[in-house]
Amino acid sequence: MNSLNRRQFLKLMGSGLIVFFPPDPFAEAQYRREVSRGSESSSAFNAFLQIKEDGRVNLFTGKVELGQGIITSLAQMLAEELDVPVNSIDMVMGDTDLCPYDAGTYGSRSTKYFGPLLREAAAQARAILLQLAAARLNVPQERLAAANGMIRDRENPEKRVAYAELVKGSRIEKSLETRAVLKPVSAFKVSGKPMNRTDGLPKVTGQAKYAGDIHLPDMLYARILRPPAHGATLKSVDISAAEKITDLKIIREGQFIAALHPLPDMAEKGLALIKTQFNIPSPKIDEKTIFPHLLKVAPEGSIVAQDGSLKKGEESSSKKFEETYFQRYVAHAPMETHTALAKVEGKKATVWASTQRPFGVKDEVAQALSISSQDVHVITPFVGGGFGGKSWNQQAVEAAILAKKTGKPVQVAWTREEEFFYDTFQPAAVVKVRSGLDANGRITFWDYRVYFAGERGAATFYDIPSHRTSVHGSWWGGSGVHPFNTGTWRAPGTNTNTFARESHMDLMASAAKADPLDFRVTHLKDQRMRRVLEQAARAFGWNNFRPKLGRGKGVACSDYLGTYVAVMAEVEVNSKKGDVQVRRLICAQDMGQVINPEGARMQMEGCLMMGLGYALSEEVHFRGGEILDKNFDTYRIPPFSWMPKIETVLVDNRELPPQGGGEPAISCMGAVLANAVFDAIQVRLFELPMTPERIQKAVNQSSGRK
Amino acid sequence: MEHVDLVLNGRPVRLKVDGDRKLLWVLRTDLKLAGTKYVCGQGLCGACTVLINGEAQRSCQVPVREVDGKKVLTIEGLAREGKLHPLQKAFIEHNAFQCGFCTPGMILNAYGFLQKNRHPSEAEIIQAMDGNLCRCGAHPRILQAIQTAAREMKEQSK
Repeated sequence: MNSLNRRQFLKLMGSGLIVFFPPDPFAEAQYRREVSRGSESSSAFNAFLQIKEDGRVNLFTGKVELGQGIITSLAQMLAEELDVPVNSIDMVMGDTDLCPYDAGTYGSRSTKYFGPLLREAAAQARAILLQLAAARLNVPQERLAAANGMIRDRENPEKRVAYAELVKGSRIEKSLETRAVLKPVSAFKVSGKPMNRTDGLPKVTGQAKYAGDIHLPDMLYARILRPPAHGATLKSVDISAAEKITDLKIIREGQFIAALHPLPDMAEKGLALIKTQFNIPSPKIDEKTIFPHLLKVAPEGSIVAQDGSLKKGEESSSKKFEETYFQRYVAHAPMETHTALAKVEGKKATVWASTQRPFGVKDEVAQALSISSQDVHVITPFVGGGFGGKSWNQQAVEAAILAKKTGKPVQVAWTREEEFFYDTFQPAAVVKVRSGLDANGRITFWDYRVYFAGERGAATFYDIPSHRTSVHGSWWGGSGVHPFNTGTWRAPGTNTNTFARESHMDLMASAAKADPLDFRVTHLKDQRMRRVLEQAARAFGWNNFRPKLGRGKGVACSDYLGTYVAVMAEVEVNSKKGDVQVRRLICAQDMGQVINPEGARMQMEGCLMMGLGYALSEEVHFRGGEILDKNFDTYRIPPFSWMPKIETVLVDNRELPPQGGGEPAISCMGAVLANAVFDAIQVRLFELPMTPERIQKAVNQSSGRK
Repeated sequence: MEHVDLVLNGRPVRLKVDGDRKLLWVLRTDLKLAGTKYVCGQGLCGACTVLINGEAQRSCQVPVREVDGKKVLTIEGLAREGKLHPLQKAFIEHNAFQCGFCTPGMILNAYGFLQKNRHPSEAEIIQAMDGNLCRCGAHPRILQAIQTAAREMKEQSK
């Protein structure tokens, strides 16, 4: 998929040692399959690293830096295996000409799937350097030791040679065809040690470049006419007033109308002067009808987990439970809106994009311009947050089309309103759970049906003899399901599934008059999950917590793609006002080997802070295809004043290869807060977000019943 | 078109502009100072914060005409002679950012606040920063960084 061929790439890179991944990879890992998928359509190759003759090292990765910190942790992995200082590594990220094919930066997979390949490439490079050094120094290879980009004779440390000298003046290519011997975890000196982020300086001085910060001579800024609602069609348009603005260019092609100007705010002004009338279809679904609608259009479920016999389970139950859990639409709302700058010259295009899928941009732009994907070069500068929302690249396609039409470089940077309008929301979803307890307080059966949240995190990990999980529809929804786009949101599927499962566990614990933590542990054979819960409980002081009026504690745990996480919360609830103030959050996480403990903690903290939003306030308001939230005044994301005391615990499990860390902790936030609210005021919320209105309503209904 | 004279990051600048245009866009495009970010465009998030005569203000809401005769400080002007400001150092030390998009606004809003309040309590910092949004959830570290910077600035002014 690289647009440069091997010869051009090597010419660009100059001399040094380059380690490639061959087009036909040899191994089984999921990431390797992704790489091979990318390479199938071309005879391209993929370089992972280059040791340059000045001793600096290029690390090439198709992954991008969205804030999650792989700019640091991937460098640590390479530094460890190659024996070079971290600060000698230059990260080349998300450049489709230079970097190996990558399906996208999502699903907490960078460390888990890209990491092992990177380590192999580094180990191969190191092996070659040792061979070269043995010849150069005339010392048997076994006597050599590498450290800090230098190889020395153990018996005579004065005898040494730098990597830079070994590669000088030559071009050495190595293909990753055989497995390299990797360092054992016990020998790690860099991986596993906390390290500060390496992108600090540019980010605190305003020098860090994002897609919208790239300036090209003669470039134009575009603002595009948008319909007032999804499904609306343009009835009439009058551009006469806009045309009076000096230097304003209007591009029109059917319903697609754009105002372009050398200044972005003047393009905006021009767009505002375009008078339009739209036909807006009458809204079929609104906030009141969405849940019945989803249940009505839901497809047959597919069973993703089952065991035992639900019938037998029901028969042995002394108490039965049946509840429905609801999740509303949630926006990604990254600080940086979707942005792209495109330059088109003949049949070639260069695109700078804020994206989680640079290679996806390549294909989307190629298709839109009817050119070869090989002729699209995508460059990904720093990305200002993604959270799963920058996987589709409409803005890049729009910029490319306008660049082709105007013959000039064009930037498309969505406004906040456009960002809300075109977002692929975390879907509204419904979960129905039926379950039972026997006379001893053990769970007898578990019948779980999830509608449109998705499969991830749906199956239960509790030890229940008879259970069944069926999944109806995916997070993409599909035709006739949602009135706008939905998709992957940080920990897709798992936020809703964890809310339902962990709320329902609490509800049964309460019916069994059991402590919610004990109840969980009693139903867990999985030692890893027990350990995560125990460590969270110790840090939280679970057993010593003294509840007071309006104060409560809660617990929730989750297995997100192999990372185990438990969160405990202390909340204060004003049941009159419906306000929840989260006082304290403890998060314990077992993600296997941790590359950068500091980075891992930052991701966990970020998950907890961000998760306060979908739990308490974040909900996209809509009427049919019209998105009523247009900015942060009505769509409230967690501000400083919501910040609880946060403590993170990294559960030591270095025997397990690294799992993902960017998403798992957020999946517990809905459930842990719902459970803590219940503990505080004995009222259970079955719908997220738990806004003050919903809490007040639940309190009133519950006092009405008493 | 009119003339707007300002002192930008310590240097006099004369602009010939439409004075109604918002400072944010003049900074980002006309002056190529892209460290000041667009996020909401309505003064709701603080990402475009700059200092105008020492006051933290949202540049997306300020017509450029209003800075005539004033001093404007953007994130690019905070480090002096290659020396980082204590806030910038503290943000790096505490890893008080992730994606970095809100960072310039966070730092400049904190700067404006610390000019007025040299001995802030935690609650005062939280209150002062509450209108600056961060989506990555770096809040606890941003708070720590501001506390560290406040201490260092106090030391320096002794």
